[in-house]
Amino acid sequence: MWYLCVFFHRLLDYRRAEVEALAELFGAFDDGVGDDHHQLQWKLPERHHPDSPFHLVNLPSEDAARNIANRSLLVKGIYELWGEGDNYEELEKAVTSYPDERKLPYLATETTFRIVVDSFGKIINFEEQNKRIQSLKFIPFKGRVNLKNPEQKFWLMETDDYGSKNGLPPVVQKRIFFGREVGAADRKLLPTYQLKSRNYLGPTAMDAEMAFLMANQALATKGKLVYDPFVGTGSILVAAAHFGAMTMGADIDIRVVRDGRGPDCNYGLPMPISLLRADNNLPSWRQGLKEIFDAIICDPPYGVRAGGRKSGGRKLLKGAVDPYTVPDDKRTGHIPSTAPYSLAECVHDLLELAARMLVMNGPYTDDIAELAMKMHLEFKENHLKWLEDGNLHSAVFSPTSSVNGASGDSNFNRDSKPKYRGKYV
Amino acid sequence: MRLLTHNMLSCNIKGVTNGFPLRIEAEKFMEKEVDFNIDFLKSIFSKIEWTALVEAAQSLGYNELPEEVVDSSSMLESSDFLKKFHHALLELHLEEGALICPETGRRFPVSKGIPNMLLHEDEV
Repeated sequence: MWYLCVFFHRLLDYRRAEVEALAELFGAFDDGVGDDHHQLQWKLPERHHPDSPFHLVNLPSEDAARNIANRSLLVKGIYELWGEGDNYEELEKAVTSYPDERKLPYLATETTFRIVVDSFGKIINFEEQNKRIQSLKFIPFKGRVNLKNPEQKFWLMETDDYGSKNGLPPVVQKRIFFGREVGAADRKLLPTYQLKSRNYLGPTAMDAEMAFLMANQALATKGKLVYDPFVGTGSILVAAAHFGAMTMGADIDIRVVRDGRGPDCNYGLPMPISLLRADNNLPSWRQGLKEIFDAIICDPPYGVRAGGRKSGGRKLLKGAVDPYTVPDDKRTGHIPSTAPYSLAECVHDLLELAARMLVMNGPYTDDIAELAMKMHLEFKENHLKWLEDGNLHSAVFSPTSSVNGASGDSNFNRDSKPKYRGKYV
Repeated sequence: MRLLTHNMLSCNIKGVTNGFPLRIEAEKFMEKEVDFNIDFLKSIFSKIEWTALVEAAQSLGYNELPEEVVDSSSMLESSDFLKKFHHALLELHLEEGALICPETGRRFPVSKGIPNMLLHEDEV
């Protein structure tokens, strides 16, 4: 069944990906609604840009929709759409013609309900909101109004063609939606886990919202083992542990492993199953160990502020000093020197780690490997051109291609791409 | 450090071919409760080097594990076995001590429950 999925207007590229991952987690693909590639069917409301917060998604059941919405961070709500239109006459027609057997159970006398008026890209003042609610009289609400704890929440959502006012192509077109809420994100998680509530922070501690998004995409759940090879202060593991996963982390820097300690910091979550001081470049896994982690989530080191390090001295690896032996009496407590660890090496090691240690038939499948290879070749061939055109990011992550069928290949030109806040998207 | 971790690690000094299992030298160990999860235990079971786990548990004074796994599928149905397995794998916790490479005798110190597997310059 098709549901209206309304997103928060942030982290645009991650929104559908999160819903897809959660759909998989809650078994939406088990009965064949998604196609072979484990993707959901998506639609956009008429004349809406992919950046629009309004999407239509086909989900197998209301339970799946509720589970997905309740666990996600970026879904404002998933709604059973009772009607939509360009104006209130059209909306009334649509809602009236929506089948009664779908509507009446939620309008019965013993139910409590409330109507929420919401808008995107405009403000509706309180008086106007009341007028709009009054205009819904054609719907036979029999239940009692309860503003605090209603059993049913109905949403009236309006968008405006606000783009026409600032000279940019509009992200959304004027449209009015009316629907029954099936589930909504619990963003109360974020204030609870926000970084400023931590006892200990590193220079690049992962933002809580991003960490939860990653944990969602990694399908972290009870009984899964999640590994972070650059654990730092453990911000990513906090999110995974919140969802009940067993966690494991390693870092080359003893300060962060020793003092950060990940999930136990002050949220009462279980401790990581293990923390290691180890070098991702020279992993000390035993021979024959493979397919043990359900997910690897990490924020690989790069740049200067918390750049990557690997074992072996900088001068030693360059050959500037001759190999030497640490004297036996100094071995205990010796602090080995490290060398810079380039991003390329780091990504290489990560792929090695993933190929060896991820369980098969988890999130990583042959399809993904094939797609990654294709993307890689395409990127190698075209990245200079994209860079010149100034749309490197969108060429790689092409948010439009999956919707209107324009492929992510090399034929990009400036005019075909919509502009948003002055940038090509 | 749980014995699950111990079961995954080996000595990776350059040239060492037989760095597993690391011998445990325990100065201080404790038991920390971990939530019991049958699905996790069943899926991790096949990845575990059983002899190494039994020996590691014995070095921490836990002798309840069977020496050999004869019929793994029926054993995994026994809740008694699963409880022992769970306890040995996840609840025994080496807090202070060292892991010792069976080939070279190199000590990897374990302090505050965190093993330091980092190599010195001349071992890379």
